[in-house]
Amino acid sequence: MDALISQLQRQFRDYTISLYQQGFLDDQFTELKKLQDDGSPDFVAEVLTLFFEDCVKLISNMARALDKTTGTVDFSQVGASVHQLKGSSSSVGAKRVKALCVSFKEYCEAKNYEGCVRCLQQVDIEYKALKTKLQDMFNLEKQIIQAGGRVPQVDIN
Amino acid sequence: MEVCNCIEPQWPADELLMKYQYISDFFIAIAYFSIPLELIYFVKKSAVFPYRWVLVQFGAFIVLCGATHLINLWTFTTHSRTVALVMTTAKVLTAVVSCATALMLVHIIPDLLSVKTRELFLKNKAAELDREMGLIRTQEETGRHVRMLTHEIRSTLDRHTILKTTLVELGRTLALEECALWMPTRTGLELQLSYTLRHQHPVEYTVPIQLPVINQVFGTSRAVKISPNSPVARLRPVSGKYMLGEVVAVRVPLLHLSNFQINDWPELSTKRYALMVLMLPSDSARQWHVHELELVEVVADQVAVALSHAAILEESMRARDLLMEQNVALDLARREAETAIRARNDFLAVMNHEMCTPMHAIIALSSLLQETELTPEQRLMVETILKSSNLLATLMNDVLDLSRLEDGSLQLELGTFNLHTLFREVLNLIKPIAVVKKLPITLNLAPDLPEFVVGDEKRLMQIILNIVGNAVKFSKQGSISVTALVTKSDTRAADFFVVPTGSHFYLRVKVKDSGAGINPQDIPKLFTKFAQTQSLATRSSGGSGLGLAISKRFVNLMEGNIWIESDGLGKGCTAIFDVKLGISERPNESKQSGIPKVPAIPRHSNFTGLKVLVMDENGVSRMVTEGLLVHLGCEVTTVSSNEECLGVVSHEHKVVFMDVCLPGVENYQIALRIHEKFTKQRHQRPLLVALTGNTDKSTKEKCMSFGLDGVLLKPVSLDNMRDVLSDLLECRVLYEGM
Repeated sequence: MDALISQLQRQFRDYTISLYQQGFLDDQFTELKKLQDDGSPDFVAEVLTLFFEDCVKLISNMARALDKTTGTVDFSQVGASVHQLKGSSSSVGAKRVKALCVSFKEYCEAKNYEGCVRCLQQVDIEYKALKTKLQDMFNLEKQIIQAGGRVPQVDIN
Repeated sequence: MEVCNCIEPQWPADELLMKYQYISDFFIAIAYFSIPLELIYFVKKSAVFPYRWVLVQFGAFIVLCGATHLINLWTFTTHSRTVALVMTTAKVLTAVVSCATALMLVHIIPDLLSVKTRELFLKNKAAELDREMGLIRTQEETGRHVRMLTHEIRSTLDRHTILKTTLVELGRTLALEECALWMPTRTGLELQLSYTLRHQHPVEYTVPIQLPVINQVFGTSRAVKISPNSPVARLRPVSGKYMLGEVVAVRVPLLHLSNFQINDWPELSTKRYALMVLMLPSDSARQWHVHELELVEVVADQVAVALSHAAILEESMRARDLLMEQNVALDLARREAETAIRARNDFLAVMNHEMCTPMHAIIALSSLLQETELTPEQRLMVETILKSSNLLATLMNDVLDLSRLEDGSLQLELGTFNLHTLFREVLNLIKPIAVVKKLPITLNLAPDLPEFVVGDEKRLMQIILNIVGNAVKFSKQGSISVTALVTKSDTRAADFFVVPTGSHFYLRVKVKDSGAGINPQDIPKLFTKFAQTQSLATRSSGGSGLGLAISKRFVNLMEGNIWIESDGLGKGCTAIFDVKLGISERPNESKQSGIPKVPAIPRHSNFTGLKVLVMDENGVSRMVTEGLLVHLGCEVTTVSSNEECLGVVSHEHKVVFMDVCLPGVENYQIALRIHEKFTKQRHQRPLLVALTGNTDKSTKEKCMSFGLDGVLLKPVSLDNMRDVLSDLLECRVLYEGM
């Protein structure tokens, strides 16, 4: 059993480190993990769930605003949604999403329609990718706990 | 017969003669009657006339005379006795009055005559006064001209203007024909004609300064009349004028700056004078009056003063310009130096990093390689590689350290450490080499040496290592001894007085070796970088020569002193250094910070029950911030809009965190409204902190202007939030969270 636990722990550690190295997550995510304690054991999961719900809502808002068939494109509305998404992603440490939001915002301010549409597609892809990866990470955690082990603290530095 | 009372005239009536008498009498009477009338008329016209009663008398006399003559008209023919009577009465009265008048006139007429003489006298006096007043007026006029001239001269600080104005004004005031100024030349042997009023003069017209007339003028401060034929006055073209106007010359002292001593005013004992020559118009018979001479003297004095002022001003302006230029040059030089230093630092930093990275790679990989299985040759090669790369790495560090040390940008990293352990570690490091060279090393630690001290451990080790290393390097045989003790008083340099103060002490380390020794002449050179004593024995020992220089810098940074004593070549040497270390009170203190930066104000690290309000429109951020604060133990209320925030905020909340990420100032309005809400209970107002995504100055300024107590950069880390809350609650203001 111990071998399994240590193997799972090693897998978890490597996976988490890879997520950081590939730029999916940044230090803010580490901070988020610090906030999880016995008082709020599912804090990270709750925050991330909320974040992904937010993503879905905001992305559909932006898609609607960028939809040329309903009239002229309201870049200010798109900008507002991007701003929100940028805030959310920086709060949870979603590094790639945040970076995309930054360039998305620039396109909005420049009123560059093609750029905005492209960014929107990229944001969609990114958050879904992140969601999948995080889900895998959580699954690993669950396996470790089920096996009776403790989820290791991963020190990124 | 009737007796006729008529009086018969004495003589027979001669017709013609009688007629003439008759007519004459008639006219005389008329004249006599009209004279008083005239008199009365004219007297009435004039305002003042003394002797009125004399006039009355005279009038009466005249009237009576007239009456007499009138009555006489009746006596030419036969007339009655009454007429005769009247005639007689009239005559008698007339006689009386005329006698009285005659007597009166004897008194009156002298008086009247004297009045006349007095009048004449007064007229003369008036004429004289008029003349004098004319004279005074002219004098006053010239006085005014002098004042104006002085004013003009003193109002300008330009030499040429001063002198020109002087000449022009003098010429005008005194109606001069010519006015000239002779200035001494640079050599002081001649006077050069510098300015004239009217006539053009040839350039470089000079006269020698030793002429008797010039000496005469220079000898007195008064204006002196000189001959119109003297060389200084011969300025006008000779045109056969009948009589040349009078010429006056006066000296103008030229005060030089060096004449002014600080303590005593100059006595006008200057040697340099200029000569001012003034010429009256020819053929005018005008003479120099005293007051004109005085005027000229006064003007000369004023000109002297004005000139000296101008000179002083010129000097000071020149000096100021010079200073400004120097200033600019210095500024430029300083900026260039700063740029150079910065460029060099950047270069060093970059190069160091660039060089260190591959170096570290080499060292790391070589070490790893050492762990693997190698043949002995390979092992030897790898060891050499490792040693060389370690040396190189040390060298690079040394260079960087030294350059940082030199421009003072290096700071000691203070911490608490165990001194005894440090020495033992150093010895352990050196022992292998020493054992190989068969040099026993002994360590003596004084019994009163403190165990736990505060200082820069790494650098102190570097110093000791360097010195002991040198001792081992340069000794072929013998022994090395290292002694450490606490020193209390100055033993060595007079300019370095060692005083143990309070919680500090001076550590003295003596490293004695019995090696090659050093020539006393070379000792000063030891501590200069890159210099090494060139004895053959030491040639092969390698090293860059930087070690001692760096050690010396570090020792100086630690407010200490380092020196080497040697008895000569072949007699070994002793390296001694003192450094200042702090005594640590608590041996168990952690390595973080030995010297507490802040006095012992209890820092809040327990925020249990602290009520805070979080306002953020973004749900995810809100949740994260809430989680952060909950983790720290606070009681968190969350709201998602400004209105909700206003509704919920109360005096129970100690801090309000508000998200101001959105552009525009609407978010900041909430701060103002909260201020309004709590104007009555200022002290109960919660602290307002903004959470924002950008950190520029305008955001900070905006926050301050809206009355926020602090700004934080999102996303906030746990430690950051903890520190921020402590600071906030202590100081009630925080603007360092960025």
